[in-house]
Amino acid sequence: MRLLIVEDDAEAAAYLVKAFREAGHVADHAPDGLEGYAMAQGGGYDVLVVDRMLPRMDGLSVIRSLREQGETVPALILSALAQVDDRVKGLRAGGDDYLPKPYAFSELLARVEVLSRRRSAPTSEPTSYRVGDLLLDRLAHRVTRAGEEIVLQPREFRLLEYLMKHAGQVVTRTMLLENVWDYHFDPQTNVIDVHVSRLRSKVDKGFEHPMIHTIRGAGYMVRDTAR
Amino acid sequence: MTQLADGRTADATQPSGRLRFLPHLVRTTAFKLTAIYLVVFAAFAIFVLGYVAWNAKNLLDDQIRSTIDAEIQGLAEQQRLGGIRRLVQIIERRSRGPGASLYLVTTPLGERIAGNIEALPPGTLDRPGESEIEYARSSEALDQTNHAIVRVFMLPAGFRLLVGRDVEERERLRVVIKRAAAWSVLLVVVLGCFAGWFVARRVLKRIDGMNDTARSIMAGDLKGRLAIAGTGDELDRLAGNLNAMLDRIGELMSGMQQVTDNVAHDLKTPLTRLRNRAEEALRTAQSPEQLRAALDGAIDEADGLIRVFNALLMIARLETRQISDSMAPLDLAEIVDGLSELYEPLAEEAGLTLSASVEPGLSLTGNRELIGQALANLIDNALKYGKPEGDAPATVAVTARRVGDMIELGVADHGAGIPEADRSRVLERFVRLDQSRSKPGFGLGLALASAVAHLHGGAIRLADNAPGLDVVMSLPVAPPPVDRPLFEAPAGSTSQPDAAGFQSA
Repeated sequence: MRLLIVEDDAEAAAYLVKAFREAGHVADHAPDGLEGYAMAQGGGYDVLVVDRMLPRMDGLSVIRSLREQGETVPALILSALAQVDDRVKGLRAGGDDYLPKPYAFSELLARVEVLSRRRSAPTSEPTSYRVGDLLLDRLAHRVTRAGEEIVLQPREFRLLEYLMKHAGQVVTRTMLLENVWDYHFDPQTNVIDVHVSRLRSKVDKGFEHPMIHTIRGAGYMVRDTAR
Repeated sequence: MTQLADGRTADATQPSGRLRFLPHLVRTTAFKLTAIYLVVFAAFAIFVLGYVAWNAKNLLDDQIRSTIDAEIQGLAEQQRLGGIRRLVQIIERRSRGPGASLYLVTTPLGERIAGNIEALPPGTLDRPGESEIEYARSSEALDQTNHAIVRVFMLPAGFRLLVGRDVEERERLRVVIKRAAAWSVLLVVVLGCFAGWFVARRVLKRIDGMNDTARSIMAGDLKGRLAIAGTGDELDRLAGNLNAMLDRIGELMSGMQQVTDNVAHDLKTPLTRLRNRAEEALRTAQSPEQLRAALDGAIDEADGLIRVFNALLMIARLETRQISDSMAPLDLAEIVDGLSELYEPLAEEAGLTLSASVEPGLSLTGNRELIGQALANLIDNALKYGKPEGDAPATVAVTARRVGDMIELGVADHGAGIPEADRSRVLERFVRLDQSRSKPGFGLGLALASAVAHLHGGAIRLADNAPGLDVVMSLPVAPPPVDRPLFEAPAGSTSQPDAAGFQSA
């Protein structure tokens, strides 16, 4: 994955470039909004990581200008303004995701990987997801594992659906709260973990290979470990 | 030579020193008011006197005219009875007497036959009727002229009769009124200046006092207050309001001080823990795995701190109403059911039953994220502290119902509850009761929920659930005002929204 990091704080940018390279990605850095805008235009990047406050041209303007030119590269906005309406403003400007500072790198990495996958994935969502012997039929609202039906509550279904949609990718707890429950606040407790462990007890119990994996310090991942 | 130069400089500096003071005086409100009053009153005095003078002149002129008319009537009568000879006799007799009356009888060619007028402007006698002229009396020098109102009357056979009256009286009146006008204007100016000086001195003295106090408060004397004279006038009211403002600022500052102290104190504990962990790992860790575990622990600790800061920032922003443009109609059933469903597994883990009941069709205008966060905090608290001790049902009930113009979101448990004395305290930042110290948390959940309620024009109240705690967040149905004054009266008034709009925040 090719990334462009538009960030004026040199130290933070260097850390991000290094961390993304360690994670196996190619990351370029632009130190201000104007340069970031120029590099993003036709730069062939998979994802932009744009700080909201930048010299010469602020992050939201960079994204808005790119969108006006028909540039669809997914953009994640980083912001020290971690409040409710800032997220709305960011998304309204054409951003695809929003992460308040300070953030865990694992969170940023997980979100960026999901964004880049979205770009390469077909636009229309498939009617079913399959991971190993686990099958989720979105139309019939049915989940089977090795042919056996698993009965899920509606929310559990949506949880599994989101995890399977991003199979092979790390999905963080906040991403689950945002995408499955549509809340962006800090739930304070391990409320997501409890839901996942419930789901896990239905999906993985009695099977040799677990599907739902806990990624320490990051989140969860659905992956077929049978092979 | 030097003396002259010295004298000059002395003369030159003295007025300029006074002049430097003048602009200051001219700028004062008292001076401006005095000047306006002076001009208005002087104009008024001049107008009144002018009006009086004009009327008096008219009156005198009328009197003179009617006297002249009467005399001409009488003389014409005499002439009719006794001819021109008799007229001349009468006029000669009258002319000798003193007084303001003027007489003249002439031949058709204008030669004087009798009378006490020596000189007239040429042509006067050719104009019958009334006119105002300059004339000279026979008894006086020719160059001394007087003013008179005269009337010329054509007698039979071309003789002319002129009767008039000197208007010296009128002139005297004019002089008197002129003098009166001058004096009254002078008096108005003098009295006005004095009154202005008096008022200015009185008001300026009090304002200077206020300025001095304000300066000393700005310099750090935060306990200082403006003096109130007790007269109940506008300056007193101003001082009273400013004092109330200072009191409020003082309260806010001490509140802020307290919060800062609390933040410092409550963050010291996790920071110390973080530091100790790192130090211990450095000292004792034998393997990379142990170091890794210690680092993981440190990151968890740091994440906790970040969450505290985020919550604090959010509370601060809610309190200063920096959330704008994010209010929308909300479906409360969706929020309550969604959150109950989110926390239900957690409740089960804690051995509690979470139930939700929402009156159908409830909606209000608000921020979904914030109300969701607030309700989540309340549910989270209930799950943490709501485990019953006796045989009370192990339930946490989340309810939403409409009471008048308010919607009440309630979270009721049957746990230990909160003693009445502590109920208002727990809404403050970092306040944790002793029995909760052992549980995770920073004491920000209720404070955040309370800030959210206030932002929406509502409030949080804690009630006894006998046993347990019933936390009720009441929010107005109507669009909440955010433009309430920053210095809102504490307690109670927050639930009364005013008419101001939300966008202006």
